[in-house]
Amino acid sequence: MILDGKVPSGHITEKWDKHRFEMKLVSPANKRKYKILVVGTGLAGASAAASLAELGYQVEVFTYHDSPRRAHSIAAQGGINAAKNYPNDGDSIWRLFYDTVKGGDFRSREANVYRLAQVSNNIIDQCVAQGVPFAREYSGYLANRSFGGAQLSRTFYARGQTGQQLLLGAYSALMRQVGLKKIILHTRTEMLDLVVIDGVARGIVTRNLLNGKIESFVGDAVVLATGGYSNVFFLSTNAQACNVTATYRAYKRGAFFANPCFTQIHPTCIPQSGEHQSKLTLMSESLRNDGRVWVPKNPGDKRKPTDIPEDERDYYLERMYPSYGNLAPRDIASRAAKRVCDEGRGVGPTGNAVYLDFSDAIKRLGKKVIEERYGNLFEMYERITGDNPYETPMMIYPAPHYTMGGLWVDYNLMSNLPGLHVIGEANFSDHGANRLGASALMQGLADGYFILPYTIGHYFATTKLEKVTTDHPEFKKCEEEVKERIKKLMSINGKKTPTQFHRELGKIMWDNVGMARTEESLKKALELVPKLREEFWSNLTMVGEEGDLNIVLEKALRVADFLEFAELMIWDALERDESCGGHFREEHQYPDGEAKRDDERFCHVAAWEYTGVGNKPIRHIEPLTFEYVPLTVRSYK
Amino acid sequence: MKLTLHIWRQKNSSEKGHFETYQLDNVIEDMSFLEMLDVLNEKLVLEGKEPIAFDHDCREGICGACSLTINGIPHGPEKATTTCQLHMRKFKDGDEIWIEPFRAKAFPVIKDLIVDRSAFDRIIQAGGFISVNTGQAPEANSILVPKQNAEKAMDAAQCIGCGACVAACPNGSAMLFVSAKVAHFAYLPQGQPERKLRVLKMVEQMQKEGFGNCSNMYECEAACPKEISVRNIALMFRDYLKASCSEEKLELVENE
Repeated sequence: MILDGKVPSGHITEKWDKHRFEMKLVSPANKRKYKILVVGTGLAGASAAASLAELGYQVEVFTYHDSPRRAHSIAAQGGINAAKNYPNDGDSIWRLFYDTVKGGDFRSREANVYRLAQVSNNIIDQCVAQGVPFAREYSGYLANRSFGGAQLSRTFYARGQTGQQLLLGAYSALMRQVGLKKIILHTRTEMLDLVVIDGVARGIVTRNLLNGKIESFVGDAVVLATGGYSNVFFLSTNAQACNVTATYRAYKRGAFFANPCFTQIHPTCIPQSGEHQSKLTLMSESLRNDGRVWVPKNPGDKRKPTDIPEDERDYYLERMYPSYGNLAPRDIASRAAKRVCDEGRGVGPTGNAVYLDFSDAIKRLGKKVIEERYGNLFEMYERITGDNPYETPMMIYPAPHYTMGGLWVDYNLMSNLPGLHVIGEANFSDHGANRLGASALMQGLADGYFILPYTIGHYFATTKLEKVTTDHPEFKKCEEEVKERIKKLMSINGKKTPTQFHRELGKIMWDNVGMARTEESLKKALELVPKLREEFWSNLTMVGEEGDLNIVLEKALRVADFLEFAELMIWDALERDESCGGHFREEHQYPDGEAKRDDERFCHVAAWEYTGVGNKPIRHIEPLTFEYVPLTVRSYK
Repeated sequence: MKLTLHIWRQKNSSEKGHFETYQLDNVIEDMSFLEMLDVLNEKLVLEGKEPIAFDHDCREGICGACSLTINGIPHGPEKATTTCQLHMRKFKDGDEIWIEPFRAKAFPVIKDLIVDRSAFDRIIQAGGFISVNTGQAPEANSILVPKQNAEKAMDAAQCIGCGACVAACPNGSAMLFVSAKVAHFAYLPQGQPERKLRVLKMVEQMQKEGFGNCSNMYECEAACPKEISVRNIALMFRDYLKASCSEEKLELVENE
């Protein structure tokens, strides 16, 4: 099937304005008749829920956390992009659009990206009005800094805690509506299934994490803002609870999953220290503004970094990408790190690390300035590793961080299932095959504050919805299936914990479907994953009761879905027989190791349709056309 | 290293809890405190026993979920560090460690080391926001904020809402948490129109939730992983006093 992204006609600069005018409206008096279920309270979910409630819709919000403020958007460090051009360095909406399309290696929908760049400026306005304490100049005006993949300063930031401050802004807007009784908030409630009636998304089935109660909720639309699936790799920079269940369950109910193989490996994370490791910690990319990345020129050089003379160091990013240097985009910087480590030039106890060195910046600017800029990050590094980065270079290595893939959505952010809207990292998004730094926060808030609130109204105004309640047989059936799934998990009585299975899955995925993929490695993974899944369903151990707070059951439910989802990811990586952005197939590269796209065969979105566990899903495509940013080889040299 | 752990186990909010003792060998100094508990939990599950329930998520010190009292100190002995960022190199072989939930009247225990901190959300609902709807905002640079004020606002806004301040306070007071939000907005021009109403409503809710009063012990500041200053409490007191004899207070009373 050829999917239609429903991009409006007209010149790209006018599409969104035109579309906003052409969309049907729901009158204020009628808005309160519609109920919207929002799952997830990160930047996208919280901003959408608050904005929709302000418009007058009935909104119910679901989070598995104890409070909406814990969502993992909180951990974003570096900043948020906007095309304000405050530094007068030549930025514009067009340039932000251009950079994002190019940064995504031409695998995103042009019209969506242009709209994202357009509303980026409104986001900054909105956040400032909410009281987000962005960095300021002494004059009182907003400050900006540069970020990976951009040659100008368009990033707004609040120290190294931009995600926290933006999320607290959206959270406060959400809580205001909860206080006004415009939103019903369900905490410690996890969505376990989507209810589809006559092809239309009408509700969700949830599990109350405190007492195990399975409940149904009905609505006129369902909004998934449930984040990404980096934890399929077990070790990632994502929080412990981040999982694929909500989007994967929607996929199993008929929503198409787009580009699942597009995952981002972030270049600057603290390397793994041992088997006990539960997560990898990101060191903000902003460090690359002043830090210089290097490894020894000679393989196996075990000297202390400070003992290696200047001419025996290889500042490989500066050498290979002179115009961007240490600010090369994430996928490129990550792969370069892998390459030098594969050459035996990696450092640290495992040989899987490179140096990020601040000694030149400290010499040039003084320790005080560096402390002001990165003090909290340096402290964090020292707490985790025991090393002081003011004296010895940091050691970093790439780690799974963000997933560009997600549920397929059209220009209105609605999936192929009417009524199911998907926003933020959970959709297949505007980042193509690679996301630029400081663009995730921008997209999450763009979707939630400024896009979904318009498009969802159009859906209601143009759709006749039957009156349904949770007594509908489809809800009952869905509830039963969820209960069955839980019963089955509880009864396996095997010998391995969910975490053990998760760790094994992560290793398969990292080794075979990670930073570099080959047909061979993918086929191997395609054999290993189903075997592991089979073992999971026969050799899982479980404790506690289903009707109680049960952390092992929570984990098992998530791992069970990862074990199915992983296979989908592999299929996508296998069929996309080209390299682009974060998807690197070793068979397809230029002599210098850059990703080689195949625009003839793969200039499209791949959206997968579920056909049963273990079966090969059906691959649909949405062709991508590039009218405004000509298809070129992405070069950062 | 080998450790002896005394950990609070409690089935649910209505049953009484107790300490249970666990021996853990092979603890590596690079482990975080929570990774050490992960190891213990895996061991328990493999023995068919229920693991220890504790709140945690980001494991990088920002989500505010982790909430353990370690050897009597919320988040443990390391200054300005959440439990998840505390590493085992701060302990030594043979140590005995006592692990409890955050204790406060307003934070009832849910299970083991998990407590209910929803009172914080309700305090924010009462007034911890600026009432601006999406779309109403003026151009960002039309609101100027002197750098020093932006920095002070940010110092206060860094609060991660973990509740260590409450757990550390002998009175179970939430003053540091509430004042951090009050101060965050008080330092910004955007926060001025609602400044009085905000402090009145948030303090009122704080009292309803059963948090205690402040008696200047400063234990909250010492326990805070983000080093939020008690100066914010002083600011909140001043604001509360001024607001108590304002038009806003009259309106509130009349509306009741």
